[in-house]
Amino acid sequence: MTNKSYTLHRLDKVVLLLYILLVIIGWFNIFSAEYTQAHKHIFDMSTSYGKQLLWIMTSVVMAAAILILDVRFFTGLSWGLYGLFLLLLIAVLFVGVEINATKAWFRFGGFAFQPSEIAKYGTALALAAFISTKKGNQPDINSRIKAIAIIAIPAMLVLMQKDVGTTLVFTSFFLVLFREGYIGGLVLFFAGLAVTLFVLTLMFNEFIIIGALAIAGIIFGIFLRKKASALWQLAALFAILSAYVYFVDYTMDNILEPHHKARIEVLIHDGMDLQGVGYNLHQSKIAIGSGGLTGKGFLQGTQTQFNFVPEQTTDFIFCTIGEEWGFAGSIMIITLFVSLLFRLIYLAERQKSAFSRVFGYSVASIIFFHFAINISMTIGLAPVIGIPLPMVSYGGSSLWGITLLLFTFLKFDTKRSEMM
Amino acid sequence: MHIYQQSGQFSGRKNVLRGIILAVALVLLWRLFVLQIADPSYKAFARSNYLRHVTDYPARGLIYDRNGELLVYNEAHYDLMVIPGQVRDIDTLAFCELLGIEVSAFESRLLQARRFSRFRASVFERQISKTTFAAFQEKLFRFPGFFVQPRTLRRYTYPIATHTFGYVGEAGPNVIQNDPYYRSGDYIGISGLERAYEEELRGSKGLRIWMVDVLNRDIGPFQEGRYDTLAIAGKDLYTTLDAQLQIYGEQLMQNKRGSIVAIEPATGEILALVSSPSFDPGLLVGRQRTRNYRMLQNDTLKPLFNRALMAQYPPGSVFKLINTLIALQENVVDASTTYGCSGIYHTSGISVRCRTHPNPVNAISGTQHSCNTYSSIIFQNTINQSRFENIQQAFTNWRDHVVSFGLGQQFGSDLSHELSGLVATSDYYDRLYGPRGWRSQTILSLGIGQGELGVTPMQLANMTAAIANKGHYITPHLVKAVGHKENPSNKNANINEINIDRRHFETIAHAMHLVVEDGTGRFSRIPGIEMAGKTGTVQNPHGENHSVFVAFAPVDDPKIAISVVVENAGYGSVWAAPIASLMIEKYLNREVNRQWFEQRVLDAKFLTTQQ
Ligand SMILES: [Zn+2]
Repeated sequence: MTNKSYTLHRLDKVVLLLYILLVIIGWFNIFSAEYTQAHKHIFDMSTSYGKQLLWIMTSVVMAAAILILDVRFFTGLSWGLYGLFLLLLIAVLFVGVEINATKAWFRFGGFAFQPSEIAKYGTALALAAFISTKKGNQPDINSRIKAIAIIAIPAMLVLMQKDVGTTLVFTSFFLVLFREGYIGGLVLFFAGLAVTLFVLTLMFNEFIIIGALAIAGIIFGIFLRKKASALWQLAALFAILSAYVYFVDYTMDNILEPHHKARIEVLIHDGMDLQGVGYNLHQSKIAIGSGGLTGKGFLQGTQTQFNFVPEQTTDFIFCTIGEEWGFAGSIMIITLFVSLLFRLIYLAERQKSAFSRVFGYSVASIIFFHFAINISMTIGLAPVIGIPLPMVSYGGSSLWGITLLLFTFLKFDTKRSEMM
Repeated sequence: MHIYQQSGQFSGRKNVLRGIILAVALVLLWRLFVLQIADPSYKAFARSNYLRHVTDYPARGLIYDRNGELLVYNEAHYDLMVIPGQVRDIDTLAFCELLGIEVSAFESRLLQARRFSRFRASVFERQISKTTFAAFQEKLFRFPGFFVQPRTLRRYTYPIATHTFGYVGEAGPNVIQNDPYYRSGDYIGISGLERAYEEELRGSKGLRIWMVDVLNRDIGPFQEGRYDTLAIAGKDLYTTLDAQLQIYGEQLMQNKRGSIVAIEPATGEILALVSSPSFDPGLLVGRQRTRNYRMLQNDTLKPLFNRALMAQYPPGSVFKLINTLIALQENVVDASTTYGCSGIYHTSGISVRCRTHPNPVNAISGTQHSCNTYSSIIFQNTINQSRFENIQQAFTNWRDHVVSFGLGQQFGSDLSHELSGLVATSDYYDRLYGPRGWRSQTILSLGIGQGELGVTPMQLANMTAAIANKGHYITPHLVKAVGHKENPSNKNANINEINIDRRHFETIAHAMHLVVEDGTGRFSRIPGIEMAGKTGTVQNPHGENHSVFVAFAPVDDPKIAISVVVENAGYGSVWAAPIASLMIEKYLNREVNRQWFEQRVLDAKFLTTQQ
């Protein structure tokens, strides 16, 4: 068997199929979102769907190139690529162009490119390289800090581009760290608690929350009254959480910029500020909500056709899906993503090498974060932070980024029984 | 190996991750179920979710006279617009009652609008009355898909200068197709200054996008007005017209067919441009415009026809001024060369009649008494010059001089629909008679301003301005400044030199002065104003001769040059000259003291027989 046919033979067909399905679904919805009566040719480069075809074709070339390359290219160059991408992130701060108030783009002729997309890739490679060289069962505090630094440095650089959405994507690497034992379950629990308290604080007065925490503390205290040390811990926890709630409230009122605050507040108060920040979300919910069980059908969505929904080919592509394919379409998309994520976890777990396992989890985590936040954003469960739905949303940078991640991992997977 | 152990120790956590993924997926599905299935309100929202694009029409630029007097301004009115795709659940009967139309008319208009576009606004009813507008504004929410669009209509301080201002009308399908600026129902300048300065006058439309709720009520600007654009007001025009002189000219021309053109010689600025019969410019504004236009079109007096720029006449005797200037410049006579006139001039079987007048005549007295004999001789001398090889060359040399006065060509400034007039070429006579078939006597009628000559009143006035300037003219134009009074628009004010010596112009100007002091125009002398002029009586094969007079004044420092044509009124000295003198008196003195003289003109009527 030649090397090439060996690679093809061992390529995971499930992930490949899911990838192809999502890309095709994406293209049809981009087409529908931008379709007008003055119909243009599908290769028309003045339309999003025309350009997306180009992105898809280049992605196929990219996928083929990755599969042909030797795995050592990726493993050996991990740190080199990570360093190079960090340099690009710094460079874009100086020579990049601003699109939608985000200085994160290099422009080549009519096309713009976002280095933060490949920075995620570099970070996944570096994290895999770092974790796979560590010895011992329990990572020491030193390597935990180093692992977090690998993630935090590019995240900070992206934040300097004022791209809050992509910065938050870097938090998805914490799922990888969790899987690898670099952070414990307690951290994940407290992170969840912090998010819950955050949202509750926005919805209710901070003193009501603190009161509720006190009542919960007293109830726990009654159960734990025999253990003095546990009571002390409970009291400390109550103090910390109350301080946190107060801090959140103070931050919202005094520190956060008004437009960030508004993006969060519109989630809580539906119908608020329909002319401003709330407008996008309101229109998005109307579009999806009007879809019903089976949707209005391909090209039939009035809300998306009339351009009520802004950015409907990129961040709000799910509006078109929800409106034209209804709840059935929603179930289909969610099922496809969940299947893809489960399959990626399955593939990651079967890797013999820690490098490819860590990388596989990184890919799954990034896709999961995008999927969860993007759809949540369109239905009012998360603030509108402007991140695309992988493979489905319009955009070259986004599609290339995901293709790079997925096919690099699929390439690793063809060598799953080898130590890299 | 240790790496496997590491993987093994925490591999249970993969299920935690799977759990998180499933939990998130379920939360999303639950939320989507609520939105898409359980909660009906979003479907209702979707039905009522519309944006309304409201166009802000900028005020069209105003038009002022040369003294800053406002002549043309705007008045607001309202069009009822419809977006057919948004019309639903309408109480048609109540609607029709409010508007005072039949239900069938409602349906056919809606159908017509739908044919144009389902999503773009069409005019449903033009210029609704103020009471209808008030009633509509209150009940508009009951008629989704309809809205009221404010627009402006032209209003005029005086019912004058109709042809000069031109008019504004709705942009036709051709314009809309070729110029993306214009939409259905938009206004565009169709003639006159309104057309010549359309881009300056119209300004730039603004667009506001409003969100409307289920009751068709505005609920605020879309995206905080991010996509709105502001309307930019049109620029004002400061014309060269003197409103009071224009008014006076139109009064004098009442019940007469003809025109008056007055020019300031030093600048080429047109002071008055009268074409009679005329009509109130207000007739071509608003709802009645189409009907009124048809009425004016069918009027046998042809009020739409701008005689000042479009009527062409053989110039008659006033053309002798040019012929004499050419003869002096060509040196075929000098100012003192005299010829005797027996009352008739014979040459090769052709004879030209003259009147009795002092004899003999030279360049000055020949002009003063408009001697046909003198004019015929010097014209023949000009054409028969021995320095030319053939008549074609000699004729072309003569013609070049004629054309340099602005005759036989358009001025190409901001005048609309001007005709170029006619000065025949030698080719024309070659075709008519054959290259060897014509002599100076063949074209002798050109010597006295008849024959193959067509001159517009504008060209006559400009020719007079050139004589007043002693050898050049500034291209006549109508607009001094655009946008701001102190922002002169000189693009049309070109200097045109005439290749004839100044001393010859002085001779002719002197002769013209004598015409008024003691010649054919003496009847029209203005006390206290030295005027130079020349009468003309244009032979009209269709009826009574046309009365023509050109003049400038004061002689020493000309402030106004004028041409007057009164069709079918007979001798130039009898009607055209008095009118010209009244205009000059009005312009220079700002008032007219010769009451009986003025009344005689006002009472005269020449609008009777043929058209
Ligand atoms: Zn005579």
